[in-house]
Amino acid sequence: MTTYVARSKQVAARMLGGEMMIMSPRDTTLFNLNDVGSVIWESADGKTPLDDIVARLCAEFDVAPEVARQDAETFIHELTEHGIMRVSDQPITAESARQEPT
Amino acid sequence: MTLTATHELAIDIGGMPILVRTDSAEFAALLEDRYGSFIHAPSSDRIFSLDIDLIPPRTILEDEDVSVRLEFGRWIMTRGDFRAEFDPRTGHGWVRQSPNPYSIDGVLRILHSLFLAREGGFLVHAASAVRNGRAFLFAGVSGAGKTTLSRLAPPDAEVLTDEISYVRPSQTSYEAFGTPFAGELARIGANLRAPLAALYLLVQGPENRIEPVDPTEAARAVLRNILFFAHDEELVGLVFQSVLDFVARVPVQRLIFTPDARVWELIV
Repeated sequence: MTTYVARSKQVAARMLGGEMMIMSPRDTTLFNLNDVGSVIWESADGKTPLDDIVARLCAEFDVAPEVARQDAETFIHELTEHGIMRVSDQPITAESARQEPT
Repeated sequence: MTLTATHELAIDIGGMPILVRTDSAEFAALLEDRYGSFIHAPSSDRIFSLDIDLIPPRTILEDEDVSVRLEFGRWIMTRGDFRAEFDPRTGHGWVRQSPNPYSIDGVLRILHSLFLAREGGFLVHAASAVRNGRAFLFAGVSGAGKTTLSRLAPPDAEVLTDEISYVRPSQTSYEAFGTPFAGELARIGANLRAPLAALYLLVQGPENRIEPVDPTEAARAVLRNILFFAHDEELVGLVFQSVLDFVARVPVQRLIFTPDARVWELIV
């Protein structure tokens, strides 16, 4: 099964001092993204399959695919818990994001 | 039929006057006493107004936390000691409370936090003072030393507040305004405004010194001290952006201080 991830439209995010800082407006949890997290964040457009994101991590950070996948899944799971990301087995469009219950 | 006079007072904090109306002369006098120099005569350019509906005192349940939510375009604000509504489209609202100064104070803090969120400003747990025409903020949680630092202020420094600072963007950077929101000092701040020179994160220590703080830590520290009550994802996002704008433009440093007046030698 192909997995897709998308950034939530409601999330406040900003580069600060070379780091991406994001906050969940739902519970005001703050996250500072490291380099790996930033790549996942930038790639989470709802159209790029997770497999492609993992491949990008392997290429950019010279890590084994299983390590990159584990890191990516942990990261995505945590952000999903805070309403910052969404995961689907279908591409996530702006329209489908609006229909998703919050 | 009994005729009751309506008393009107404009409480002007941060350049945003709120006209408060009450039928009670005693409550109007209490407000005048509480807000002192922040009370202005009602003027034609007022924007916001609140009608006070006084009810008899009742037992307050301590666990009734503040709740602020938007319902059908109106802000609904409740705490154990008050219920209030405010319609941002008309700029008008009401407060139901017993005759005490703390309830209206809570409502004013909430309203100003809402107004500021759309203006790029915020209320923050910080003492502030003006010295040499520039404002300095001293942020920290209870016990960090906000009131101590305010008490130690030299004669040439005007204390804007020892508890809750009022920050708004200006044409060039940011301004701090005095507030009547007092902490342990139990004294309203000077009703002044001044361009903001720096925000210091307070830490008590063995000596007085200033340390740099990296931007990420600065943003986290300021966000931790923000006063914002509304469960509203859009406004929470705006406050986040405002704080990140703020730390990008205003120096944020750590002020390690011993509780004696020499710390003010660093604040110039």
